[in-house]
Amino acid sequence: MFQIFTAFADWFAFQLLGLSPASKLGDAVHFFVEDVSKIAVLLVVMIYLISLLRASLNVERVRDYLSGKHRAVGYLLGSAFGAITPFCSCSSIPVFLGFTSAGIPIGITMSFLITSPLINEVAVLLLLSLLGWKFTLLYVVAGMVVGILGGVFLDAIKAERWLQSFALEALQRGRIESATNTNTTANKATEANQPTKLTWPERHQFAKTEVMDIFSRVWLWVIVGVGLGAALHGFVPNGWIEANLGGRQWWSVPVAVLLGIPLYSNAVGVIPIMESLIVNGLPIGTALAFCMSTVAASFPEFILLKQVMHWRLLAVLFAILLVSFTLLGWVFNGLVAFL
Amino acid sequence: MKTFKVLGSGCTKCQNTEKKLKQIAEKAGIEIVVEKIQSPEQIMAYGVMRTPAVVMNEKVIHQGSIPSTENVESWLRS
Repeated sequence: MFQIFTAFADWFAFQLLGLSPASKLGDAVHFFVEDVSKIAVLLVVMIYLISLLRASLNVERVRDYLSGKHRAVGYLLGSAFGAITPFCSCSSIPVFLGFTSAGIPIGITMSFLITSPLINEVAVLLLLSLLGWKFTLLYVVAGMVVGILGGVFLDAIKAERWLQSFALEALQRGRIESATNTNTTANKATEANQPTKLTWPERHQFAKTEVMDIFSRVWLWVIVGVGLGAALHGFVPNGWIEANLGGRQWWSVPVAVLLGIPLYSNAVGVIPIMESLIVNGLPIGTALAFCMSTVAASFPEFILLKQVMHWRLLAVLFAILLVSFTLLGWVFNGLVAFL
Repeated sequence: MKTFKVLGSGCTKCQNTEKKLKQIAEKAGIEIVVEKIQSPEQIMAYGVMRTPAVVMNEKVIHQGSIPSTENVESWLRS
């Protein structure tokens, strides 16, 4: 069903612009036009459909659901909800505090917050259309594993002792309140805002707003991401990546992770770059590590978290992400032979 | 006079929410007070998880987006 975009790119690059399919420029322009048109159409159609379905899912519901769950399922659910629940990254502090003040252990909250930027419906769609279902499945599993293990580890080291004092107090109050099952302060605002059953016109309205909202946030990332991908595609000599950054160079994974830190993008921008790198012979694990590091380990967001955590916890969290992305990269590079 | 509070960490959406409240009130000739709340601790005290959120006379009436013009007008009339 995606051939139409290839045909459109053929027409645009080779007929309208008169470029030669054999030239580097022609190749790059073709790649750019094909991916941008494909991604733009997919985004609009799929965000709309998905938003229709998940219109009644929001962070309040997730919090109420996670509160009081056993830890073992808590991490898994936290991570799963992180993957499917939409929320703007500027809300991560209020979400963190909302979960915490409902008495949810910090590890489960962090499973949610770590997985959230890594996996979302837009990223999954892009992966499916650009890199196929096998890679998509690997990516989703990997993202959830990082979220779950990160959460388990944070609870194991009793990370809550490094919270800012007001957040720690809220956590302790929340635990007592959820244990005695009284009406918590955290529920105060939810009551007025409790989602009633949504009608289809309401769902349509929600979906329309979501499409416009997400599209206006990501279109520039798509263009920049695909642009860089196209440049790589057209201008990096064939075989260069494979020879110099291939599976035999073990250090390429940690380097990819480190490179990803100063680069900040959301998943939508980095996936087209990843596609281009993989097509050019970069091992899957290395590409995955780079992508995850770019998306999840970013300084601006970490500075924000300082409002609720001490430096020590921030450093631990950062280290968890970097180490797990590196390990994942190696594991997937090793597994690739079996795929 | 109604007191509005806009809760949010200072993202563009929060600033736009504040502007929108002020503009619509001014157009309608209704005097209101708009306060911006950025401290995570205070936002938590209102039980808000999605920003920007709007508080009118100490009650959370909206969260998670820039409120629509119709909503703002109905708050002003209420």
